[in-house]
Amino acid sequence: MPKVAPELQYSDEHEWVSRGEGNSVSVGISEVATDALGDIVYVDLPEVGSAVTAGQTCGEVESTKSVSDLYSPVTGEVTEINDAVVSDPALINNDPYGAGWLFKVAAESEGPLLSAQEYASKNGGDLS
Amino acid sequence: MTENYTALYEEHKKLGASFTDFGGWQMPLKYSSELAEHHAVRKSAGLFDLSHMGEVWVTGPEAAAFLDYALVGKISAMAQGKAKYSLICEADGGIIDDLITYRRPSPVEGEDKFLVVPNAGNAKVVAAELLERAAGFDVVVEDASASTSLIAVQGPNAEAILLRLVPAEQHALVQDLKYYAAVEVPFTFDGGTQDLLLARTGYTGEDGFEIFVPNESAAALWQAITEVAEDGELVPAGLASRDSLRLEAGMPLYGNELSRAGNPFAAGLGPVVALSKEGDFVGKDALAALKADGAGSTSGRRLVGLKGLGRRAGRGHYPVLKDGAVVGEVTSGQPSPTLGYPVALAYVDVELSEVGTPLDIDLRGKSEPFEVVALPFYKRQK
Repeated sequence: MPKVAPELQYSDEHEWVSRGEGNSVSVGISEVATDALGDIVYVDLPEVGSAVTAGQTCGEVESTKSVSDLYSPVTGEVTEINDAVVSDPALINNDPYGAGWLFKVAAESEGPLLSAQEYASKNGGDLS
Repeated sequence: MTENYTALYEEHKKLGASFTDFGGWQMPLKYSSELAEHHAVRKSAGLFDLSHMGEVWVTGPEAAAFLDYALVGKISAMAQGKAKYSLICEADGGIIDDLITYRRPSPVEGEDKFLVVPNAGNAKVVAAELLERAAGFDVVVEDASASTSLIAVQGPNAEAILLRLVPAEQHALVQDLKYYAAVEVPFTFDGGTQDLLLARTGYTGEDGFEIFVPNESAAALWQAITEVAEDGELVPAGLASRDSLRLEAGMPLYGNELSRAGNPFAAGLGPVVALSKEGDFVGKDALAALKADGAGSTSGRRLVGLKGLGRRAGRGHYPVLKDGAVVGEVTSGQPSPTLGYPVALAYVDVELSEVGTPLDIDLRGKSEPFEVVALPFYKRQK
């Protein structure tokens, strides 16, 4: 069963959100998503300085088997992207909640987010 | 809709497989990482459950003549013990399925015996079609798909692994077996010895074997193969890696590259069609007309290999472009794990099918550069 990090919040599109200092949030994708995608081989992230909107696509994640849209769970300006996952997308599979983070946003608002419990029960994830 | 489970379903569950529906069968998609499974087959060996494939026996005094009529190849010219890749076509030349036919020794004097192996999703259709075409021939067509399992061991270490289950005095049967040939081999497992049909065939581009085994012995054989393999020598491999392996090997998949709407010439399978064989066969007139029209060579579209110059992969049904105009369609595509660049099979207008032709694939609104390359994408070192 895919792991669901208990300290994070989740969107219905399987992005996770982690709050940093001020209005900064980090965004990644859950292990539920990485398990379903399979081995990720390419990731297209929004550019630093670009605006993202909660619920709207802002990039793509491509695995050996398929390509999926990346949805931003928050609205705001992208402040940083994880260059490490661009050059080594396998990081997203290996450590989706840590080294596999995707981008950071100076968030103005958030879309609807689920607690880890809600997300895990909805998607058959493992909270422990 | 999934209705069918192979005799190895519990083995896959024990191994923690993720499942997918394929041709009406619940099949392992992957056990861990499809990339790791892919690389294992290229470097050492992979173990596949192919029990969803069909097995149809054709026996009788006119079995060879019947298959010459029912299939597009000259099956009667096959030597006993050999295997042959062929197609079963409709009267209009459309492809019902691609299949492998094995010529087996017949226990009955004056009779011939063949095993026809169609794809999972087509097994029932092919069996029914063969039965219908058998009218007027002295043959018996028997669909043994439901009682037969098929296990494949593919990769450079496949022979060494399987030999550990075969008595030493019979090793030559396996070692001397040629590509696209099959032989009955005694396998020792589960406290006994069983003669099983072993074929040196596969769908991965590697050396490898496929073993036909009765359902009731399939799990024991599967376990025995995993037990005789050394640590890291053999991994169970799912359909995801099977698909990426066959794509690198440039092998067509029914439903992607082959269909009733297509024809053998466009698919690059012209040499499989024996227009000059004696007598009539189903699809002959239509196929002769298609060939005369230059299908796949001077008219229509042709199946080609495309190599991505960027990092993005084309996927099934993505449009192929030349100067912004649609000139074809991708049938299969993904990043090649072995080669490190995207590969795709696509039907493109024949005038743009020359090796070296630059083309684009429309990747969901973004054009990415590709180039026509010779098939297969990947060829193993012998």
